[in-house]
Amino acid sequence: MLQDKDRIFTNLYGVHDWRLAGARARGDWSNTKALLDLGRDKIIEEVKASGLRGRGGAGFPTGLKWSFMPKQSDGRPHYLIVNADEGEPGTCKDRDLMRHDPHKLLEGCLIAGFAMGAHACYIYIRGEFIREAEHLEAAIAEANDAGLLGKNACGSGWQYDIYVHRGAGAYICGEEMALIESLEGKKGQPRLKPPFPANMGVWGSPTTVNNVESIAVVPTILRRGGAWFAGFGRERNTGTKVFCISGHVNNPCNVEEEMGIPLRELIEKHAGGVQGGWDNLLAIIPGGSSVRMLPRSICDTVLMDFDALAAEGSGLGTAAVIVMDKSTDIVAAIARLSKFYMHESCGQCTPCREGTGWMWRVMERLAKGDAHVEEIDLLLNVASQVEGHTICAHGDASAWPIQGLMRHFRPEVERRLLEKQRATSASQAA
Amino acid sequence: MSTLNIDGNEITVEDGLTVLQACEIAGAEVPRFCYHDRLSIAGNCRMCLVEMEKSPKPIASCAMPVANGMVIYTNSASVKKAREGVMEFLLINHPLDCPICDQGGECDLQDQAMAFGRDRNRYIENKRAVKDKDLGPLVKTIMTRCIHCTRCIRFATEVAGVDELGATGRGEEMEVGTYVERALTSELSGNIIDLCPVGALTSKPYSFTARSWELRKTQTIDVMDAVGSNIRVDARGREIMRVLPRLNEEINEEWISDKTRFACDGLQRGRLDRPYVRKDGKLVAVSWAEAFETIANRIRSLDGARIAAIAGDLVDAEAMVALKDLMGALGSQHIDCRQDGAKLDPKVRASYLFNSGIAGIEDSDALLLIGTNPRWEAPLVNARIRKRWLVGNYLIGLVGERRDLTYQTDHLGAGPESLRDILNDGAFSDALKKAQRPMLIVGQGALARPDGAAILDMARELAEKYGFITDDWNGFNVLHTAAARVGGLDLGFVPGPNGQDVNGILAGVESGSIEVVYLMGADELDMKRLQKAFVIYQGHHGDAGAAGADVVLPGAAYTEKAGTYVNTEGRVQRALRAAFPPGEAREDWAIIRALSERLRHQLPYDTLEQVRERLVAVAASFGEPDVLPVLPWKTFGMAGETTAQPFVTPITDFYLTNAVSRASETMNQCSASYGANGQPGTGTDG
Repeated sequence: MLQDKDRIFTNLYGVHDWRLAGARARGDWSNTKALLDLGRDKIIEEVKASGLRGRGGAGFPTGLKWSFMPKQSDGRPHYLIVNADEGEPGTCKDRDLMRHDPHKLLEGCLIAGFAMGAHACYIYIRGEFIREAEHLEAAIAEANDAGLLGKNACGSGWQYDIYVHRGAGAYICGEEMALIESLEGKKGQPRLKPPFPANMGVWGSPTTVNNVESIAVVPTILRRGGAWFAGFGRERNTGTKVFCISGHVNNPCNVEEEMGIPLRELIEKHAGGVQGGWDNLLAIIPGGSSVRMLPRSICDTVLMDFDALAAEGSGLGTAAVIVMDKSTDIVAAIARLSKFYMHESCGQCTPCREGTGWMWRVMERLAKGDAHVEEIDLLLNVASQVEGHTICAHGDASAWPIQGLMRHFRPEVERRLLEKQRATSASQAA
Repeated sequence: MSTLNIDGNEITVEDGLTVLQACEIAGAEVPRFCYHDRLSIAGNCRMCLVEMEKSPKPIASCAMPVANGMVIYTNSASVKKAREGVMEFLLINHPLDCPICDQGGECDLQDQAMAFGRDRNRYIENKRAVKDKDLGPLVKTIMTRCIHCTRCIRFATEVAGVDELGATGRGEEMEVGTYVERALTSELSGNIIDLCPVGALTSKPYSFTARSWELRKTQTIDVMDAVGSNIRVDARGREIMRVLPRLNEEINEEWISDKTRFACDGLQRGRLDRPYVRKDGKLVAVSWAEAFETIANRIRSLDGARIAAIAGDLVDAEAMVALKDLMGALGSQHIDCRQDGAKLDPKVRASYLFNSGIAGIEDSDALLLIGTNPRWEAPLVNARIRKRWLVGNYLIGLVGERRDLTYQTDHLGAGPESLRDILNDGAFSDALKKAQRPMLIVGQGALARPDGAAILDMARELAEKYGFITDDWNGFNVLHTAAARVGGLDLGFVPGPNGQDVNGILAGVESGSIEVVYLMGADELDMKRLQKAFVIYQGHHGDAGAAGADVVLPGAAYTEKAGTYVNTEGRVQRALRAAFPPGEAREDWAIIRALSERLRHQLPYDTLEQVRERLVAVAASFGEPDVLPVLPWKTFGMAGETTAQPFVTPITDFYLTNAVSRASETMNQCSASYGANGQPGTGTDG
């Protein structure tokens, strides 16, 4: 279990002052100039050494991503974009980080932006996060006044400005390319890759898009060293991570823990255990609504990191742990997620636009028992036609929950359909 | 160069191509909906997915640049599955109303569903229905059929330069439409009908009138402006059902203007199908013999100097050469093909042509527009300018009316004095000096005025001073508005040594020195001034010219004869007959040939071939069709005083510029919905 001395987010619960004075008391903005003086290469080296993988869901190594930015500007400005459009159902970590610890993010923005040669940073924040946007704006104003940002950020001679841009409530705008389109004022639709953002991002300039948490941990990594961060967790899955535990637990919470903590331990230590006890557990979605669910048998032993969950056919995603006990109508739950993915599909590419609606309609009928057993195979086939055939990962994300359901709970789905059929034919007979 | 392996075949292609293009070169067919050569890449239909070695997922070949060593499979099991999947998704919400769909028979979705789809339907849910949008009098929408390829959106935004089409809504609810319900304000809007791969956007005037397979298709030339767009005319029986563009990279690429496309219903209305003679103040239908007799009686004893002829805007070169020969035989030197009175100099061919060619616009690096509104006068020239402008580093100066041309212009002034200012190293001269290949376009608005010759002279001087003319570049361009004009100038349908031009003819009629005027399809004159003359009108529509005529001879319209037209570039093009003229109407050169016999000045040709030989004899350029002429540069124009009057475009209503379009119901509807002066801003004006 992570010790208090090793926590990065020391005001995760908002018990302390979130403003500049409070942040400084917690060690933020302490001699940031020295960190910048390390130089671009050393900063990226250190982040690489820490093994930090992107905290937004895909888990791409952060240092490596930064190193894709051109070393020398060809005349185009470089941009850092912080993805604060936290929309993945079950996820609520970035929100608390920004509300209670905005300066940690801002300091990270400065360092990360400096490391990629950017003079401007956009924080694209989900439109619903009103208080969080207010805190960020206030924090930016404080940092500007204190000379931590602006013309001569922290006395380093580096000009750095941070802007908050509020989204308008589309889940897809959390996809990096759609976010860039939205930031440019266009309809939020993912762009094709290549070209990748490090080459042609916002306004055609080199851009890096990082999750809030990925950026916010950077100052601490640099202060305490990449090796310190890499000392947590397992190889390739290092560091600490904020987990969001919700659903049928006694004490839903955000908690910073060591990567690779056993799922059961995470829930029992921090969330007060599953309602009605561990034996009452039905299934857990371990990484936000897009990843495939895990049945109780896997939950007993699985570790919470990228590779361990991938090995079980699921994923760490945003580390949003959604716990479902035996009172859950598992089919209806997944049908609801399917509806979400249908509603949030941008509509740009064919498989996702048409497939998400089709899948939801079949799921709805499955939940009501108003379908034939053969339609399960149809549904899985449709899901496979969507998965991997779209511009962005939304298509995959809409297919995975269904695949997870059928992989582990197909007998339950079939039982319902047969039961309903029997009941109907019985009533017709009578 | 990159070497790829496509389906087991090694192929080396240029860098910068996409995998889809490489597949095409390699002969591997890749289906697609959203991809279009001339539009930006959207990559959204997912129909072109192919398998690439080392890629876990299939890739969208339309968007993937080629790289050395790529191994591509276009026919593997996974590709087949991906295509079938995408096709199924496209069809689940498509209404499948092919039997009543105007796209039927020429539908990409139909064709590709046959080639790449499954033969079963697994979708048992309700289908989506989408409310139709009102895009104005030209484009009909059945939005339930839309497959969201966004070609129309990209065309409107990129080529037409109007940000009016877009997608609203998300996911299944995504709809293509105008954000605010209103008609598309582009002169190129009809092209989205061709671009639409399904039947979501179809032609409103053509709707439910014909099936594509029952139409006779004729490849010919358009005359609605002086661009000479290459078109395909589809006819059923005698009726022209629709006009479509034909690919010609040097002229119209694959677009045509809305007038070219939709004015064809005017060919069925207001036609002259019998000869008429005015008796007791009324036009009475008569036989050809009687009409000719009436003319012969009036002319036979008349001195040639009292006869004049004016050729209109839609006339083919064959008719003009025949009329010119007849007038010569009658002893008249009063002939003119410039019914707008433009001060064009027929002696130097380069002085009245679009010398750099329309495609040459793309090679230019600075542009000066003088007294022209290309958006109305030649929408496809305008589209080229916009295409060049989008590439960047292109300064465009404008002397004349300030209009929204869909690209940014530097408005330098309204009239001749601004032109003189540029000539005297004033505004914009720096841009011209810096340019390697500067270009100017003089419109008829600058030339069809009393001081036109002096303005032409200034333009020449400007071109010479700022290096518009080099060994391999001629940036001096005249933009015509009439399809017949260059042909007329080439074959010398202009006053002889003692002849009068259009203004002189009109004045001569008023003074009584000219008694007979032969109007060959000339409708854009002030007919009141011709009241005292005996007017012979030969043409195809009962327009202004026929209304005031004493004898009307029914001719053939441009779709009804094999005619030669020379476009504004000086490119000689041959039109073909797509349908027969109505009633007793005949081909125009043949009418004059027949009349000449009655007048006892029989012309020496009996067949079209002989007329064309005569054309070549008069002007050798007619012997070289379909080439862009390269001409020697000579001095022309005449220095003189200019007035301060601002330049005004000769076109007051884009949709109603000639007898055919004025007779067209569709064009009249357009004029009503867009307004005679309706060219709303796109945000790039000024």
